[in-house]
Amino acid sequence: MEVGLNHFLFVSVCLFSLGIFGIITRKNAVMVLMGIELILNSANINFIAFAKYGNFGYQGQIVALFVIILAAAEAAIALAIVLNIYKTFSTVNVDEIDTMKD
Amino acid sequence: MSLYDIIFYLFAAITVISAYFVVTTRNIVYSAYYLLLTFFGVSGIYVLLGADFIAVVQLVVYVGGILILLLFGVMLTNKITNVQIKTGTIKIAPAAVGVALLAGTLFAGLLNTNWKTFNSEVPVSTTHTLGLILLTQYGVVFELLGILLLIALIGAASMARK
Repeated sequence: MEVGLNHFLFVSVCLFSLGIFGIITRKNAVMVLMGIELILNSANINFIAFAKYGNFGYQGQIVALFVIILAAAEAAIALAIVLNIYKTFSTVNVDEIDTMKD
Repeated sequence: MSLYDIIFYLFAAITVISAYFVVTTRNIVYSAYYLLLTFFGVSGIYVLLGADFIAVVQLVVYVGGILILLLFGVMLTNKITNVQIKTGTIKIAPAAVGVALLAGTLFAGLLNTNWKTFNSEVPVSTTHTLGLILLTQYGVVFELLGILLLIALIGAASMARK
């Protein structure tokens, strides 16, 4: 079967679903971040696939570049927050952190 | 089946299988290493889609930056002496059912949609064109993202030092 748009979208659907699954089931906050990275990657595959097959020129690739930049900023901030949570609660399990303040 | 198809199936299999292990392996460090394979596979898919510059940026930023950051996050939030590097999971069964329903819905949606696709020409090197339109058409966004990265850097450093 000739590889077309549907094949790339299928890979993207798989990555998105697995990312959601990771976010829901994992306790560790760093694992939740990994799930978010999977979802951002699936969005990027969609952008670039539509940029190629939808005749949109370079716009899709530019947006994918911006998503990668935002993912880098998001990972840095989120890990700083996770380090603060660890300092305050001595754990990073998101189901045990249920107060805003110690 | 052409060579393009074989390479696509190879990279798609690497991506999806390693993403599955990322979310199911109990050891967080192993999950981070499987995430490396996932990013590698996604980068290969970008190359197949004719986005060579994005593929290299994906490798540099994700594997060189974000993954190292995540590994440091794992190491700084777990004491090496107590074996807390394994992580628990909650509510596997309802989550699996819900996610399967979500994936089925999305997949049915994309199969039943009549996508209008254009036969694109032979892929060319995109770096030159991307650089040009990034600094002309998208110049303001480019500068704003630079400021955003600076703010994120300062914010992360000051938050983590407190």
